[in-house]
Amino acid sequence: MRPILLKGHERPLTQLKYNKEGDLLFSTARDKIVNVYYSHNGERLGTYSGHQGALWSVDVDPTSTIAATGAADNTIKLWEVRSGRCIHTWNFPTAVKVVQFNEDGNMLLAITEQRMGYQGTVYVFPVIIDVEAKQAEEPIIKFSSPENKFTKAGWSYLNKWIITGHLDGSVSKYDAKTGELLQKVVVHEKEVTDLQFARDMTYFITTSKDKTARILDTKNLKIMKTFVADAPLNTGAITPLKDYVILGGGQDAKDVTTTGSRQGKFEARFYHKIFEDEIGRLKGHFGPLNHIAVHPAGTGFASGGEDGYVRVHHFDKSYFDFLYDVERMRPE
Amino acid sequence: MPARIEDHSRTILDTAVVIDGAPIVTEKKVDALTRVLKKLFSEAGRVREDGLYMPMGPDGKSKGYLFIGFETVEQADNAVRGLNNKRLDNKHTLLVNKFTDIKKYGDDDEEDEEYNEPPEQPYVEQEHLRSWLKEPNSVDQFILYKGESVGVFWNRKSEVPEVNVNRSNWTETYVAWSPLGTYLCSVHHQGVQLWGGDEFGRKARFIHPGVQLLDFSPCENYLVTWSPEPIQLIPENSPMRASFPFTTADEGKQIVVWNVQTGMPVRTFSSAVGPDSENGPGPQGPKKISWPAFKWTSDDKYLARVVPGQQIFVYETPGMGLLDKKSIRIDGVVDFEFSPAVIKGTGKKDEPEHVISYWTPEMNNQSARVTLMTIPSKEVIRTRNLFNVAECRLHWQNKGAFLCVKVVRFTKTKKSTFTNLEFFRLNEKNIPIEVVELKETVINFAWEPAGDRLVIISTSDVPTAPGAPLGARPPPGKVPGMPGPGGPIKTSVSFYGLERSKGVNGQFRQIMTVERKSSNSIFWSSNGRFVVVAAVGGTSNNTGELDFWDFDFEGEKKEIPGAEEVPANLTLMASGQHYQLTDIEWDPTGRYVATSSSMWGRAMETGYRIWDLKGQLLREEHVERFKQFLWRPRPPTLLTKDQQREVRKNLREYSKVFDQEDIAEESQASKELIAQRLRLLEEWRAWRKAVEAELAADRGGVVPLAFKSEEDGTEIIEEIVEEVISEKEEEIED
Repeated sequence: MRPILLKGHERPLTQLKYNKEGDLLFSTARDKIVNVYYSHNGERLGTYSGHQGALWSVDVDPTSTIAATGAADNTIKLWEVRSGRCIHTWNFPTAVKVVQFNEDGNMLLAITEQRMGYQGTVYVFPVIIDVEAKQAEEPIIKFSSPENKFTKAGWSYLNKWIITGHLDGSVSKYDAKTGELLQKVVVHEKEVTDLQFARDMTYFITTSKDKTARILDTKNLKIMKTFVADAPLNTGAITPLKDYVILGGGQDAKDVTTTGSRQGKFEARFYHKIFEDEIGRLKGHFGPLNHIAVHPAGTGFASGGEDGYVRVHHFDKSYFDFLYDVERMRPE
Repeated sequence: MPARIEDHSRTILDTAVVIDGAPIVTEKKVDALTRVLKKLFSEAGRVREDGLYMPMGPDGKSKGYLFIGFETVEQADNAVRGLNNKRLDNKHTLLVNKFTDIKKYGDDDEEDEEYNEPPEQPYVEQEHLRSWLKEPNSVDQFILYKGESVGVFWNRKSEVPEVNVNRSNWTETYVAWSPLGTYLCSVHHQGVQLWGGDEFGRKARFIHPGVQLLDFSPCENYLVTWSPEPIQLIPENSPMRASFPFTTADEGKQIVVWNVQTGMPVRTFSSAVGPDSENGPGPQGPKKISWPAFKWTSDDKYLARVVPGQQIFVYETPGMGLLDKKSIRIDGVVDFEFSPAVIKGTGKKDEPEHVISYWTPEMNNQSARVTLMTIPSKEVIRTRNLFNVAECRLHWQNKGAFLCVKVVRFTKTKKSTFTNLEFFRLNEKNIPIEVVELKETVINFAWEPAGDRLVIISTSDVPTAPGAPLGARPPPGKVPGMPGPGGPIKTSVSFYGLERSKGVNGQFRQIMTVERKSSNSIFWSSNGRFVVVAAVGGTSNNTGELDFWDFDFEGEKKEIPGAEEVPANLTLMASGQHYQLTDIEWDPTGRYVATSSSMWGRAMETGYRIWDLKGQLLREEHVERFKQFLWRPRPPTLLTKDQQREVRKNLREYSKVFDQEDIAEESQASKELIAQRLRLLEEWRAWRKAVEAELAADRGGVVPLAFKSEEDGTEIIEEIVEEVISEKEEEIED
């Protein structure tokens, strides 16, 4: 598996995102720009510049018409994917940590950071997928959790709920229409660092600084699987096609200078989703992995590191062929 | 008797002690004896005026017992506690009892004239303290101490260790095994506790406030503890007083020797040894204590410690008195070691003799000297004079057959050092000595257990850190790092063996040397033959390198020029690495090696690994806040030499059986694993099916934008667009 090494950013990566078809790859970093690449060969389509602060999050609507970005300059911007034109800006009192379109592409979920007396808040904005349309200024709904800082959030299937991850390691489920807290479970011992849904959004994976990742059932937040790693985890993704999960993380950036490179654990780890066993590792980054995104078709994945690089991988045949004995015995 | 008088007489009687076992003397010597005894007993308290009464028999001789009255009851109690079993000289041991006790237990009271049969105590089943040895496959146990929880586990090789017991907050600082594995020791601020048996119930408590270090005698009869806090008496009226084992005589002491069976202190010592008095106050500054404070003979008979430069104190159990009532005065003595073996008495008595070896540096125009002396007869059996000595270390082979003195010597310029190894052969007549001269500085040295082969690690770079006592385990509780070199110094590892077939004329020959290693520690299997050479501690990339060597490789024999006569076929079986490991330990049967990296060693990544003796990694586990991995030691085998030989002869037969058992176990385990995976797979698929059906019903056939696909199959359209950035024409002249 030879990765394509993309050096499009000068600062640590924060998020990667494939579009629905998986032909485009969006990347955000702390260097205030968004890069868009062709995923199959890593050629850069273009760069969206305009943000005044580090970018934290990016998403693209299902028709690949509009991209949304959230940044530390307290704004969300909407961009025309094709041209890189900024078509709308929402302003907030604090930095925007997460942006995500719903499955219909008509609503945008955002969370803002808890800082300077402002509470961390979840917003839902209506979005019209038309680059010429006037976007609504006011959110449909907003709610906050005063005692428990949000770190990550995502839409459930059918736009029913909003699932949020928290600083204390808990995961909450809010009603997406009323903002009512429906359920809260403590899943991790430390901060939830990533929350990514499976393709059909019926389950999701959370990763944490407590060196574990867990798969939860969206409907009842029941812990289905647990993956134990040997380093703090920053990110995890569920692979379609094969029953794997890919986890990434490593020594905190602030500790890296004081320890040997070999202890960093800057590898992408592959675990079997059902058996919870580690099945492989992929070296490459020389800083912690900040984000992993899997190609929607399950044919490859991209990882972004603290080292400023994006590595795009297309899986080899052996990846698809690998099966446990029991999987061979009982083919689906 | 009126109550008042009775009260008074009780006090009087309570302050009196009865001493038995005193020498029987004639009238003439009564005064001398009285003086000696008065002086002795004034240690415990003030003897009342005319408080000593020694009855005389009709033959004009004393009767061997006497009475002493103290001023207070406490002083009398002190005398009983402190001086009972006191050895006056070789023939006389004093028995000290309270007068009232004698009266209570000894006198027949009026109403108890008739003998009453004591009621029969119901038999209470005692736990088998060595029940873990009954495991049919000799599976060993080990302690895992992580976070706050201490657990005892059975070794299941590559599988998850099986829990025997697991308790949180079992100990406050660290845990240790007793040397024969009978007890698990937990260390608390209040003292030390011993646990044993199947369920690890509490077997003993030793109250010693602030205790930090502990050390067992080799046969587990005694326990030595050290606390930085000098012992302070608890106020009389405190409810704790009753269980507090110390008396005024113990006040201010820091080291306590305990009897493990009774749980009572046998004797207390100051940790700093005073200049002249046996255990005078001495400076108790921040001076580092060397631990273990006492060295024991292998049979627990004697314990000793050294006052550097002056003398060695040898104490005798069980009385804990000084041997022959005086220390062994040796000017300049630096260090000593007991031989691990007991030799037959050479002198008049058939008492078993021990050998003590010590060395003195060059001083007063005398050469440095290594001396072997027998204990208790104090007969010097061998001396060796040495010159230009910087330092000596005494390494006994564990059967006491050899003593290797590692002598660090100055070169003529005194600017650098080199090392001599002086081998003393205790089993030969007149103890011949052989010298092996090395150009490099030896940083570590280890004898093969019960063998005549050895491994030496040497370096031409002078190590930046002075070597800690080599071969000795670091004291528990301290950071368990080995004497790590300051930087990644290059070392060479040499293997030596004795030309066994040549008998007395055989010499120690080098078998092999491996250059340019970073190893600094040697770990022999408890049965010899296999040895692990490792780089422990330090921060370089080579740390944690492990080499697994076999001295008797069962394969093609390689001839080593110069060492043909050495019975060995040395082979490097495997190399491995456990980055940042802090501890290595062989299991007591010599089948497995455990390497661990502890958070005490400041390792970033803590956990343990288990290897087999061939160097194959069996199990690796990362454990958060991992502290200790300790194999449970085993007592020595009960098989006779002949039986052991028999086993060795039929090893092939045995190993066939064991192999089959292993295979059966493995296939069983893999069957279970497959069943488990099948179950997981079925569960997952059933769950997915249910969820997908529910979702489809919820959606009611409406497909959201995110799942709508315009066309099936993907198509890659690659456009190559050429753009002319600039054009420039240049004429090239020929």
